[in-house]
Amino acid sequence: MERESISVTVNGRTYERAVEPRRLLSDFLRDDLRLTGTHVGCEHGVCGSCTVMMDGVTARSCLTFAVMADGAEIETIEGLGSADAMHPVQQAFWEKHGLQCGFCTPGMLMTAVELLKRNPDPSVDDIRDAISGNLCRCTGYQTIVDSIRHAAKLMREDGA
Amino acid sequence: MSDRGHIPESRQREAPRADLKWIGRSMKRVEDPRLLVGKGIYTDDVNLPEMAHAAVLRSPHAHARIVSIDVSRAAALPGVLCVMTGADAAKVCDPLPTWASPPVLQPVIADDRVRHVGEAVAAVAAEDRYIAEDACELIEVEYEPLPPVVDPEEALTSTGDAVLHPERGDTNIALERTLSFGPVEEDFAAADLVIERRFRWPRSGGQPLETVGAVASFDEGAGRFTIQCNTSMYNYCGWMIASTLRVAPHKLNIVPTLAGGSFGSKMFVHKVPVLAAVLARAVGRPVKFMEDRIDNTTSCDNHASDRVYYAKLALKRDGTLLSLKTRIIDDYGAFLQFGVGQHGNALSQCVGPYRINSVEVDLAAVLTNKCQQGAYRGFGSEVANFVIERLVDAAADELGVDRIALRRQNFIRPDQFPYLIPTGNMYDSGNYQAVLDETLKLADLEHWRAQQTEARKAGRYIGIGVATCQERSVFSATEFWMWNLEQGVEWTSSPDGVSVKIDPTGKAFVTLHSPFWGNSPETVAAQVLAEQLTIDPADIEITYSDTDQGLNSTGPGGSRFTVMVTGAIVGAASQIREKMLRIAAHLMEADVRDLALEDGAVHVKGVPDMKMSIAELADKAHYYRLSMPDDLDLTSGLDATYVYDHPVTTLPDPDERHMGIFYPIMGHSCHIPVVEVDVETGQVHFLHYAAVHDCGTMVNPMTLEGHIRGGTVNGIGTALFEEFAYDEAGQLTTALWTDYLIPTIKEAPADIVVGHVETPSPFTEYGVKGGGEGGRMGGPPAIAAAIEDALKPLGVTIDSLPLPPSRLRALIRKAQGRAA
Repeated sequence: MERESISVTVNGRTYERAVEPRRLLSDFLRDDLRLTGTHVGCEHGVCGSCTVMMDGVTARSCLTFAVMADGAEIETIEGLGSADAMHPVQQAFWEKHGLQCGFCTPGMLMTAVELLKRNPDPSVDDIRDAISGNLCRCTGYQTIVDSIRHAAKLMREDGA
Repeated sequence: MSDRGHIPESRQREAPRADLKWIGRSMKRVEDPRLLVGKGIYTDDVNLPEMAHAAVLRSPHAHARIVSIDVSRAAALPGVLCVMTGADAAKVCDPLPTWASPPVLQPVIADDRVRHVGEAVAAVAAEDRYIAEDACELIEVEYEPLPPVVDPEEALTSTGDAVLHPERGDTNIALERTLSFGPVEEDFAAADLVIERRFRWPRSGGQPLETVGAVASFDEGAGRFTIQCNTSMYNYCGWMIASTLRVAPHKLNIVPTLAGGSFGSKMFVHKVPVLAAVLARAVGRPVKFMEDRIDNTTSCDNHASDRVYYAKLALKRDGTLLSLKTRIIDDYGAFLQFGVGQHGNALSQCVGPYRINSVEVDLAAVLTNKCQQGAYRGFGSEVANFVIERLVDAAADELGVDRIALRRQNFIRPDQFPYLIPTGNMYDSGNYQAVLDETLKLADLEHWRAQQTEARKAGRYIGIGVATCQERSVFSATEFWMWNLEQGVEWTSSPDGVSVKIDPTGKAFVTLHSPFWGNSPETVAAQVLAEQLTIDPADIEITYSDTDQGLNSTGPGGSRFTVMVTGAIVGAASQIREKMLRIAAHLMEADVRDLALEDGAVHVKGVPDMKMSIAELADKAHYYRLSMPDDLDLTSGLDATYVYDHPVTTLPDPDERHMGIFYPIMGHSCHIPVVEVDVETGQVHFLHYAAVHDCGTMVNPMTLEGHIRGGTVNGIGTALFEEFAYDEAGQLTTALWTDYLIPTIKEAPADIVVGHVETPSPFTEYGVKGGGEGGRMGGPPAIAAAIEDALKPLGVTIDSLPLPPSRLRALIRKAQGRAA
């Protein structure tokens, strides 16, 4: 199959690659760039595990072709924070037990970051709306809500 | 009932204590940092040089003969390395491991016939997954359809072409027999009342967000496989995979990766690692096979109990429960991975928390053209909970007494433990009254009863459900075979091991021999070792062994892990402590009886200045052999391994008067949901939800609560939405997650109020009990009761799950039709 040349900026670094038009963004990130923090759960757009940020808004990388990201700025979990310098959202999920198996977590975190960017003090209902497209099979969601509320508080304190 | 003589003495070394420093603390998880930053390595994150990728062509038919397969076009596609049919696979590997006796032969790729939609028909290894999938589309298969068997009760009478495994006889009944414990007929004869109901428990599954995968490679020089995989029982019976692959067990190394959730579904995965391994050997390169979602939903180890119950509960007019009889037809699908182990499991607590004198279980395990059953949170006992709770509710209604009062009247009393139920299993300890009282407090029952009354006046339907459920933990291997009529695998061991090393600088290393599958094994191990050695959990590093290094370890299924790893660490730490005390006694010229380990140092009691830190002792132990006594036992270093056996289990009685003690570490829960049913739409809304669990001594309340809430939402899925639904042709109509409805946050209660009662086990270290499955074991009967209570004015009875809006509307419509 013919390949298309694309240029994609991921976590601030620009990658030039030639990909088949059918190649999924999730496969491009995971297999071509070896950024395996983005997880593929259902591969049909239901679970939200593969959520990444594309030009500042969340996108399901399993429903996005890599060629659609040509020229785009992508942010993935790897760009959020590191184990010794966590983003407040990561810190909050750790403190409030917002994860068990960790598989939905990268997508959940990217969704939370998007919410907190536009709404620094979300209500419980705001949070429930925001993550209603992300499945978690482990937690029952309650501690995820706690985590995002706590993250909002940490970020407001940071900003103050 | 069995005599009490078969209760062994407790082997507990560490009694529960009030002054524990780390056990009982809601410590942040050790596992989390790497998971939070996207650096956890799950199976699909493993990439090896020259690795090829596999895809599988799956059967579109429920039941058919394979007349011919033409792979020539697929094999000719550029980038394709190998196309393997069932006939090809049969030349290089044996049928998959099974605990069934007699076995139900399951090929890794279907050979002459397919037995369910989604069964593998051919596998392709190619340069990438896209090419492998392209190749699958080029394989031409001619099928000759056979009659599909879908209804479990019709499967009882199948003959001829409708029989899935003709080599086992002209029937689809895999096993049928009746077990009777205690004076069932006498108790029924003495009853004033017999409650009779038919229940239908739906086929649902764990459906973790991560599917099953394996990366296999074959070292031709050494004749040896390495398989990285998200499986669990690899250090218990991973060698069975070697047998299937026709290599000696030491010619296979299984290396665990993180598992992105299991809930039982990855207890012992067999199809995926075998498939990846045969392809790797065929192409001479590493092969990754990662199921996609349809691979998983149609052909995983995920489908769970799928049962019809005809149940009878005998009782006296005064409310005394006497006896329970059940006829069960369980639809196992096309194969029997764990035999009928789910029914061994269900015998462990089939009488619930109640004094019931006798039990009869008549089981027919049938084979149908559906995906095989595996394990899912409860492993059969969640169904038994649903049945006994629904019967007790029905009995209370029939007698015109309060559902809670009837439970209280029949609870096993705190002074009756350890308690043997008619099947022979032991309940080690409990306080069911206390759990109920605590839940009633959290549920604010009076408030909701008043709300319910007000709402009814306004034509709204609010209901309150109460379920008081057993939550068995720590299975013994006998549950897998106790039902079998023919001798087969009859193991009685189910241990878990641990290796602990203190390095020369005093840091601790723990090797676990069971994997991470979404639970908190590293956190638990760190807390218990910190407690044992009086060190900081931050100074402990946790890793996982492969089968090359592994000790006999059964793994985390059956709410085992916390109890078992605690026992193993107590065993290993006591050896290390003893050695440190001996070294310290020698170096400080003190009597070992005058020494104590406190705050990371060995002290001479009463002499504050006389002490040596663990780091100093570790240094001496490693590098100063000539300063030590010349004792052959005092080897250099500071390390120990310990394999902790099941704390209390006994054999089934040879005459089958009882099944022995096999699932004795008995937790308990009470769930009280308050729901509102919209009778126009059939939707169920949670107004409140209280759940109290007694899992003995808690190691980490935060993670236990995580299990309880997560399990409860699994239970909400089972009760309201989830079903692997097969149509009359045997097509799975809910293979996608657009159709198989997993609860989103919108379906989950905003606040599941969780409480705890701690009744320590007298048999386990520190009195810990398991708590991994309880949420799903308590939720469904409580939710069914709440919906029934809400619809009481309409006279709706709930005896079948799930209850999505469409089905609930149908029940309401029928009831309204009756009323009109």
